[in-house]
Amino acid sequence: MVLPLIGSVLVALIPNDQVLRIKQAALGTTLLVAITGVLAWVKFDSGNTALQFVESAKWIPSFGINYAVGVDGLAIVLILMSVLLAPVVVLAGWNESEGGRWSAKVYYILLLILETMMIGVFSATDLFLFYVLFEAILIPVYFLIGGFGTGDRAAAAVKFLLYSLFGGLVMLAAIIGLFVISGTHGGYTFDIARLSELHTYMSSTTQNLLFLGFFIAFAIKAPVWPLHTWLPDAAESATPGTSVLLVGVLDKIGTFGMIRFCLTLFPDASKTFTPLILVLAVISILYGAFLAIGSRDIKRLIAYTSISHFGFITMGIFAMTSQGVSGATLYMFNHGFSTAALFLVAGWMISRRGSSTISDFGGLQRVTPVMAWSFFIAGMSSLALPGLSSFVSEFLVLVGTYTRYPVAAVIATFGIVLAALYILIPVQKALHGPVTPGNENLPDLTLREKIAIAPVIAVIVALGFYPSPLLNVINPSSAHILEVQGFTDPLPSESAGK
Amino acid sequence: MDFTAPVLNYALLAPILIVLGGALVGVLIEAFAPRASRHNSQLFVTIASLVAALSALLRVRNQSSASAAMGSVAFDGAGFLLQASILIIAILSVFLIADQENFTALAAAVPGSEEERNSLQADLRVTEVYPLTLFAVARMLLFPLASDLITLFVALEMLSLPLYLMAGLSRRRRLLSQESALKYFLLGAFSSAFFLLGIAYLYGYSSSITFAGIQASITGGSGNDVFLLLGIAFISVGLLFKVGAVPFHAWSPDVYQGAPTAITGFMAAATKVAAFGAILRIYYVAFANDEWQWKPVLIVIAIVTMVFSSVVAISQRDVKRMLAYSSIAHAGFLLSGVIALNKSGLEASIFYLFVYGLATLGAFGIVTLVRDSSGEVTDLNRWSGLGKRSPILASVFALDLLSFAGIPMTSGFIGKFSIFSAAYESGSTAILISGVLSSAIAAFFYIRIIVIMFFKDPVEDGTSVVIPSALTTTTIAVTSVLTLVLGIYPAPLINFIASSASFIR
Repeated sequence: MVLPLIGSVLVALIPNDQVLRIKQAALGTTLLVAITGVLAWVKFDSGNTALQFVESAKWIPSFGINYAVGVDGLAIVLILMSVLLAPVVVLAGWNESEGGRWSAKVYYILLLILETMMIGVFSATDLFLFYVLFEAILIPVYFLIGGFGTGDRAAAAVKFLLYSLFGGLVMLAAIIGLFVISGTHGGYTFDIARLSELHTYMSSTTQNLLFLGFFIAFAIKAPVWPLHTWLPDAAESATPGTSVLLVGVLDKIGTFGMIRFCLTLFPDASKTFTPLILVLAVISILYGAFLAIGSRDIKRLIAYTSISHFGFITMGIFAMTSQGVSGATLYMFNHGFSTAALFLVAGWMISRRGSSTISDFGGLQRVTPVMAWSFFIAGMSSLALPGLSSFVSEFLVLVGTYTRYPVAAVIATFGIVLAALYILIPVQKALHGPVTPGNENLPDLTLREKIAIAPVIAVIVALGFYPSPLLNVINPSSAHILEVQGFTDPLPSESAGK
Repeated sequence: MDFTAPVLNYALLAPILIVLGGALVGVLIEAFAPRASRHNSQLFVTIASLVAALSALLRVRNQSSASAAMGSVAFDGAGFLLQASILIIAILSVFLIADQENFTALAAAVPGSEEERNSLQADLRVTEVYPLTLFAVARMLLFPLASDLITLFVALEMLSLPLYLMAGLSRRRRLLSQESALKYFLLGAFSSAFFLLGIAYLYGYSSSITFAGIQASITGGSGNDVFLLLGIAFISVGLLFKVGAVPFHAWSPDVYQGAPTAITGFMAAATKVAAFGAILRIYYVAFANDEWQWKPVLIVIAIVTMVFSSVVAISQRDVKRMLAYSSIAHAGFLLSGVIALNKSGLEASIFYLFVYGLATLGAFGIVTLVRDSSGEVTDLNRWSGLGKRSPILASVFALDLLSFAGIPMTSGFIGKFSIFSAAYESGSTAILISGVLSSAIAAFFYIRIIVIMFFKDPVEDGTSVVIPSALTTTTIAVTSVLTLVLGIYPAPLINFIASSASFIR
């Protein structure tokens, strides 16, 4: 976790005019972090449901606040996703940093700080540390959107920040409530494990209110309908690289938080609100899909598809079955990669064509075959074509939901049909068909871009055929989370996943 | 008739006496020293006496006495912390005041007159501001220690008088500055009258003017409750006026805007510590056992203050007015610490006061630096693109704003967290919820300034950032470093406060 921070200091030390050196340092750091991340994943003992790689230090003892980190199967997977995407983003957006308001140096410093906080937020086992990072992470993203984005970037950045801050403050109120309750039952603490025992002392009203505080914050972050309106604006204005980190990684904090905090801290309230949340999730799935079908701007399209996908993830989580939660976690990982591929390829298309309207891209298949194929594969993954990674997770989520809430699962299945529409229509418009005038001479992907996109596509394909390395890590942890708080699978479940 | 000499504990009173002595030396310098050397020697005497007072204070840090001056002054852990905060803030403020560009050359000259032009040409300086500052600081030190109503009233009056004068010393837009000083004086006098009336009622209730005596009467329950309630109400009006809580806030935007910026910073930071110190003491010590009578009213005032000022601040176009409304909002947050009425509320309030004071000084320090040919530029629209022209300055200002907004990793967040926890712990859910909501509203206007500074293109109208003097740089650097450090690692200060924050009764 410290590594990217050192990298950002390193980048800060390099003088402004040596842009290449700065980029190399940033790339080197992110690669190094990625390798460390993979090593951690290999070393991770998937049979053990306790937290691993635990570190702890006193921070503000009088409030019972510790700097405490550690990972379980869910966290390690999400960290793995973040650290793998970071070098891809640096490499893919090699020139993104130059159109900005400030120098390239600022861009990479912000990026590395962002990476540090992302790892921190997934591994925090102290609620206070989590909250601090949850809020502080907004600042680098805010400046990345506002400083390096396109179009009405300042307005989009402010909208993003205000939405998230509002959610954060609501959560702060809930955290304070929880903190005070912890003080009357065994001493002030922010340790998540100890906080998760508190629910037995709370009246159901208290628990419901606190749950809502957390859930609203995470639902804004995730985003769940009707709190989603910031996302399309932010994604449209941000650079493709920032969009990848924003939608692909940052929004996962919301869904991750739902598992980590909503389910574990407030099990009874979670049950109370499940019907409401499932309705919201299903609305998200369909609403996002419809908007995606109707959108003309390619970046907005991807943002709307993500809203639909986040609906699936939320549904999987609140189905409260082990398949549902495992599927949701795997879904987060896969969505990270397929969205990354979509945003990056779309970014290249836009920068080549100078337009982000879908109908301007006609005939790319003929002019730029590699770019078109990359977009196609990413799109197929997004609509969960069997054989690509998202299929497994979407299937798990639907199965997990069906065993308990068949109606929701059935309605959500329409989302898949709509997904076929929203992906195939742009694919048809943009990639196939006659070459739109002005597209004849567009260059195909450069070697750098190919190197950047190749690992993403490889992950998408590989996990489609063979997801068990990840599922083996996820399953014990998600089963453990549900078991601790007494959620049981409704059927004598065939072993979760496969 | 017997006459006993008063018994004074000089060691405990030393900080106040040293500052007063420094002020008197300052008056002598003003009268006798040649004009050329006056400024530097005044600056030296001011800083030296403030530092000497601080070291005298540190020497007595673990002592406490309910009768440092015949029962009129109580020295205790909380008093020590408040005095230390005031002195540190005062030293940093004097650094800002030392940059004399902001002050009129000759306060007595009529605006626009021949005399004024001559004095500007002669490059005169208002050195009288230094002794005035010291006089104000001395009474600010006394204010949170006062443990009877007469001492409290004297300290209140005497700390206000220098401030009324200092508010009128601005170099540019002098009429505005003088108007604000007059406004401040008239409204201040009005609130003092209320305060005095409150004292009379409380004396009628308990036939005592000491906090301990009032407390004893409340516990005994012998007096006439109507007098008690009227007394608490009127005294509260006087004190809430000083901290600028709604609905007694009307003076503060005008005065903040009109006064020289360095003075505004001093008033916003130091006066707030002193006034809240006094409020904390009187509510925690004298009125604590009557809480069910005054608490609901204070809760309403705190909520109205937070919400109203946050909403009004959104539409401000002037950076100093915006900071004024922000300071009103912070008064509301601080009142929730008073309402908490428990030990964690006291600790949280003291921590909040200190870090808020520092961030405020830093912010006003930066406002003094953004100028055009005719002086400071406070119109927010003309701040656009500041981030491009002077990134460091704009970043520091952004840091202060983020701290006001209570974003994690700044000291403001820790303060807000601890003060709201304390309020919630004492059972005020309403305070917690409205505090969080108004923080969200407030975040909007803080962020708007960041947008203006960083995401708008610069306007070419001669707005520029002057190179700060070494002293101003020190203030800005110290405050911003502390804001960041106390945001990331506040444990030492929090422990220190927790170990000594208590009121002697």
